[in-house]
Amino acid sequence: MTDHTVTEPSDAVEDDGPMPQAIEVPEHDRRDPESLPIVFEVRDLAVYYGDFRAVREVNIDVRQHEITAFIGPSGCGKTTVLRCFDRMNDLIPGARPEGTINYHGVPLYGPKVDPVEVRRRIGMVFQKPNPFPKSIYDNVAYGPRLRGRRRKGEMDSLVEESLHKAALWDEVKDRLKDSANGLSGGQQQRLCIARAIATKPDVLLMDEPCSSLDPIATARIEDLMQEIKNEFTIVIVTHNMQQAARVSDATAFFSTEVNPESDRRTGVLVEFDRTETIFSNPSDERTENYITGRFG
Amino acid sequence: MALTTIAANRGAVQGSVAQAIEGRRSDLRGRLFELALAVCLIVSLVVLVLMIYDVLGDGLSVYTERGWDFLNGGLSQSADRAGIAQGIIGSFWIATTVLVVSIPLGIGAAVYLEEYAPRNRLTSFIEINVRNLAGVPSVVYGLLGLAIFVEALGGFVGKSDASHSTLIAAGVTLAVLVLPIVIITTTEAIRAVPNALREGAYGVGATRWEVIRSQVLPYAMPGIVTGGLLAIARAVGEAAPLILVGALTGLAGRSPGLSVSSVLDPSSLTDRFTAMPIIITSWSRLPDPDFRIHNAAAAIIAMLAFVLLVNTFAILLRNRFEKKRAA
Amino acid sequence: MSDGSSSSLVGPGITPGPTAALDLSGDPRRHRRERAMGALFFVAAVGSVVISVAIIWSLFSRGWDFISQASWGDVLTADTWNPRQNMYGLRPLIVATLVVSGVAMIVAVPLGLGAAIYLAEFARPRIRSFLKPILEVLAGVPSVVIAFFALGWIAPHIVGTLFGEEHGRGGSMLAAGIGVGILAIPLVASVSEDAMRAVPNSLREASSGLGARKMHTTLRVVLPAAVSGLVAAFILAVSRAIGETMVVFIAAGAASVGQYSTNPLDSGLTMTAAMASLASGTDSVRGATLAYASLFMVGIFLFFLTLGLNIIGNFFVRRVRQAY
Repeated sequence: MTDHTVTEPSDAVEDDGPMPQAIEVPEHDRRDPESLPIVFEVRDLAVYYGDFRAVREVNIDVRQHEITAFIGPSGCGKTTVLRCFDRMNDLIPGARPEGTINYHGVPLYGPKVDPVEVRRRIGMVFQKPNPFPKSIYDNVAYGPRLRGRRRKGEMDSLVEESLHKAALWDEVKDRLKDSANGLSGGQQQRLCIARAIATKPDVLLMDEPCSSLDPIATARIEDLMQEIKNEFTIVIVTHNMQQAARVSDATAFFSTEVNPESDRRTGVLVEFDRTETIFSNPSDERTENYITGRFG
Repeated sequence: MALTTIAANRGAVQGSVAQAIEGRRSDLRGRLFELALAVCLIVSLVVLVLMIYDVLGDGLSVYTERGWDFLNGGLSQSADRAGIAQGIIGSFWIATTVLVVSIPLGIGAAVYLEEYAPRNRLTSFIEINVRNLAGVPSVVYGLLGLAIFVEALGGFVGKSDASHSTLIAAGVTLAVLVLPIVIITTTEAIRAVPNALREGAYGVGATRWEVIRSQVLPYAMPGIVTGGLLAIARAVGEAAPLILVGALTGLAGRSPGLSVSSVLDPSSLTDRFTAMPIIITSWSRLPDPDFRIHNAAAAIIAMLAFVLLVNTFAILLRNRFEKKRAA
Repeated sequence: MSDGSSSSLVGPGITPGPTAALDLSGDPRRHRRERAMGALFFVAAVGSVVISVAIIWSLFSRGWDFISQASWGDVLTADTWNPRQNMYGLRPLIVATLVVSGVAMIVAVPLGLGAAIYLAEFARPRIRSFLKPILEVLAGVPSVVIAFFALGWIAPHIVGTLFGEEHGRGGSMLAAGIGVGILAIPLVASVSEDAMRAVPNSLREASSGLGARKMHTTLRVVLPAAVSGLVAAFILAVSRAIGETMVVFIAAGAASVGQYSTNPLDSGLTMTAAMASLASGTDSVRGATLAYASLFMVGIFLFFLTLGLNIIGNFFVRRVRQAY
């Protein structure tokens, strides 16, 4: 359980001194981030839908075994950028990323890269839980089964292990053959997490996973994230600043700019830094405004 | 004094308001209108019931008098020996051909249009084309069958060898006729699959074919089956293309009788043939009332039983799954 | 690192850090399979285009003989269609088609539209779920059955009762027209109902909110808003009526000869029935004879007529979808 202590404002290099504490950032395990390898290296990423540039100038390093959060108001491109990481934007006709995303040093959009291979390694949990209309067992087993038959014993233990990690095992262990649609919203989302981690991915992408859940279900998933982050790398998009502060090690703040000619909004990465820094001592005024609730 | 005036006024206002909004409860014109509309719908029900009653009235006597002989017998000049066995065999093979040809092809085309095709002009063209084909009169499909499937079998153009009017040619002609129906109903069934399901499967690393096979098609299956059943029922009831393709209307040789082996005998595919709708048509045009009224009605009973059964089953299936999905 | 081995439980997540051998290009066998499936489905879709081409080719390759050989003056002005005596007047066929379709529309449009309005605007859900299948069942009745009913019941009991027994004894364009109308009711009803249900509820609420009664709202607000769909229903029904063969072949009274007449009580030979009768005559009508070619010529006419109507009708259907 994380210990909620208020952090001291770090060396105040801002002109107007330390800002008032709007968000509490709990004490995270103090690993030196530089010691963690970089999983995603994003340089000058922009995403276009047809001619429309939805988000621009994204520069981020996602480190292994950390939780990186994308925060910001609606429509600023957080989900768009997230979906680039597992090539899910390929499914949208006209979506076109420009710039570089390197995954463990390999360009993710290289010419010979198979999106299916990418998605085997990079799992995704969606905003609204979307379990398959199958049994709980078959939902979790779906991903592993794509890549070959396993002996029943092996599959059983894989399913159990995944459900344990998703903190769902105790609730469903007696009804694995029941339909997934009979679960509550929070349980369904944990099932989707179990489904995603059953393929033993390297990275877990979570797109506002708690936005359709109640606070208790949300808290369980936040705890779950802390428990599994040492096995995976997690990138989470969230509307909820407090959640980002509670849970993440690094935070990227996105905002929108209105293009005066077309009146359309383009997303832009404003600031990317350690979570403590973002929430206590941000470099950019826009970040500070968002954190303290002055807009957005 | 002033207070009582106010009170009296309030009472008067209340009274006139009550009168305005409570009066004229009965909206006679409106109710008559609604009744007239309901009658329109009831007329369809009445017509349906009347048709069935008429057919049963004319045709049941054939079954009570001759029973199995009618089903087992073949076409004949004399009304009390004529039977529908050859028609049943013909219709069986037509239904089978439609099942084997149209349904896989139709599902394949729909899967392509909904899951693979990019949103470009070619795709729109194919979709419009399918929609237009669905509206082409069945007799024109008969012309297609005549020109291509019948004559092509002989390898000549315009060859007048009647022996090429085979059952398989007729089956393929009808398969082509109902193909657009299968494509359209399958397309709608696939469109109803929620995108969240596809994303969930892609997100775990499934390929496009794996997503289709393991998520889309299973979810859409009730709609697809419904469409397939409706297509088969439609094909069994069509007569015009069969006339064009050269179905036998008079006599069809010796009847092989009605048995499992005679029905399932595939050699009938390469012979000349007849089918239930053709028998009904030719008997309806004979002057002898025993043929025109009684035998024709009896044949209708047999065919209608099959068609109505299949249609009703398909509709019930669709309604049941729609309710389940909505829940 | 994926080694494709199916019994491996150790997936990429356990392998630490970046390695030079990280291969994201995927299994070539799987790529081949995916491409094959895609190609298979593409061929199926293209098949539908092939069919259209085949139809047009069949019509013209055989109809051309007639188009080039016939004396078109006679064809367009003569009052008789009798191929066995080398008479190829198109006018009686067209007129018969129009008469039968006209009668059919008089039957189908009020009944179909009325049923649709009732289902869309008035019927409570329980009644609707009970009554709507009636139309669906009616739609599934094969045309030969309706043809039998038209000849055997409608002709004596409706035509005969209303216009005298002699007209009810055989087929007539009126009896056939009523039969075709019955056939078209479900089509009119379903397209009209879809059009009315597409009208947003906010319009009905606005009208009720102003104090209008339901009949007024329906007639003055909903129907005008749904007019694209109603036009579509009408056009598609006309196309269906024109293309109907069996009802007219059996119940319109003419065997193989079409005589010009605009009187619905007379017998008539429509374009479709003419084709059926040409094809069901003796087999000698096949081959390179003019009669055989005339079959395809009428087919050409019919095909393009119904195609044109369907395209226009579908255009109106699309307008319904776009408007809302």
